[in-house]
Amino acid sequence: MSTRTVNQKAWWLVVPVLVLVGFNAIIPLMTVVNYSVQETFGNNRFFFEGVKWFEMVIHSARFHDALKRQLLFTAIVLAIEVPLGVAVALAMPRRGAWASVCLVLMSMPLLIPWNVVGAIWNIFALPDIGMLGWTLNKAGVDYNFTRQPVAAWATLVAMDVWHWTSLVALLAYAGLSAIPDAYYQAAKIDGASAWAVFRHVQLPKMKHVLTIAVLLRFMDSFMIYTEPFVLTGGGPGNATTLLSIDLVKIALGQFDLGPAGAMSLIYFLIILLLSWMFYRVMTLGEAE
Amino acid sequence: MRRATWLVPALYIVFLMLPIYWLLCMSFKTTNEILGQFTPWPQNFTLENYRKILTDSTWYMGYVNSLIYVVINTVMSVAVALPAAYAFSRYRFLGDKHLFFWLLSNRMAPAAVFALPFFQLYSAIGLFDTHIAVALAHCLFNVPLAVWILEGFMSGVPKELDELAFIDGYPFWKFFAKIFLPAIAAGIGVAAFFCFMFSWVELLLAKTLTSVAAKPIAATMTRTASASGYELGLLAAAGALTIVPGAIVIYFVRNYIAKGFSLGRV
Repeated sequence: MSTRTVNQKAWWLVVPVLVLVGFNAIIPLMTVVNYSVQETFGNNRFFFEGVKWFEMVIHSARFHDALKRQLLFTAIVLAIEVPLGVAVALAMPRRGAWASVCLVLMSMPLLIPWNVVGAIWNIFALPDIGMLGWTLNKAGVDYNFTRQPVAAWATLVAMDVWHWTSLVALLAYAGLSAIPDAYYQAAKIDGASAWAVFRHVQLPKMKHVLTIAVLLRFMDSFMIYTEPFVLTGGGPGNATTLLSIDLVKIALGQFDLGPAGAMSLIYFLIILLLSWMFYRVMTLGEAE
Repeated sequence: MRRATWLVPALYIVFLMLPIYWLLCMSFKTTNEILGQFTPWPQNFTLENYRKILTDSTWYMGYVNSLIYVVINTVMSVAVALPAAYAFSRYRFLGDKHLFFWLLSNRMAPAAVFALPFFQLYSAIGLFDTHIAVALAHCLFNVPLAVWILEGFMSGVPKELDELAFIDGYPFWKFFAKIFLPAIAAGIGVAAFFCFMFSWVELLLAKTLTSVAAKPIAATMTRTASASGYELGLLAAAGALTIVPGAIVIYFVRNYIAKGFSLGRV
């Protein structure tokens, strides 16, 4: 990075991106800000309300509940997907035909449209005619994800693990492939244990890609909408109503634009703040 | 111990394939069989579900619409991201770091937040229910991603290549098109793959911005499922067909997938 030369004309190369993303980001964001400070009774007449909606959202039990569910969901999927992804990557063949087969098969879930992911898991988990639901009930487990909150959560987490663990695994695999064979030979000569090799050779080399993996998984799991909406619709009751689902209910279902706008901004700020914190924590050692 | 390590990826892949197997299995069953009782494989194997989708234009046009906006979006995203990524990887300029982080922050904007404003914005400029509207909207997250990936690949190309070309008297655009782009061809392929993938799987915005003329396959699936009862076989066949484009693309980039997922920065 230090070899880059100062050249203000480089701005011209960035202009197309700026225009395109600016158009899509700034105008809609200003629309949301606009809603968040106004009240409307229809007929396109708006009244300025200041920070009323923000106060209302921050103090509403409904928002707190959705936020708690969202944090719990994100914590669970990160705790499962990151170690599992790393474990799969460590055990994968490094080169040859089997490595390609693994990579292609593992990428499959990533390329399926999100509503189809929800639909696949819905028909897979149906208690009476789905493969998973039928098997569980035959095995004596009382399982019905449309009625039991715990079962709904378990299905939701299983779906996300199924959908996204491969992303972590592929990133970790890319980090591992970049380690020269000489490192392993040196470790072998030193008589290092498998754990020592992991701790002192593999983990440091994977640090950069794992940072990307955790950040991407954090952001995407925090924004998740389509898959749980198709799978459970936020139910049973409100058991799996995550932040995005609640937001769409308020904005497009009830058309409460003011509270929805305020909630959108708070939601966005939470993601930005937490992502920044993650980034700082995970790159703490790099500056030295 | 050493010999048993292959079990981990093997079991993991079995776990990945089970729901997909079930989807395929259901798509070859008749609705009666699906609703009747649990059968681990089709008893009366039928291609009727696929025949219906491939002959009914309300169904297959969904795939065509999706492919059109995905391709437009991919071309557009990569085209604008190339010069920007070059600027970020080669030059320092006023506000470059802030700009880069602002771009990435758009990757963190939940689609649910933008659904309604997007609907109003694209209705206001008369682009509602067009392919170009969805393609433009998907630029929100695909352009930052493409810039990020391409910047990673470009930083891997030694700066001496640029300097030698300029000493030899190449004008900038000639150097860029004739020498630099071929040098990062793999990176362009990877970036295009990721834009294709994220545009293909995203549906909330695509659904919000279309009604009839540019309706994506996902919207067709939900509407038909609710209108004519709950035709699981048809739904399963439609779902199975949505996996096909991704599978084809992945076959072409299989050797670059791992590098691509790490955004060229290993």
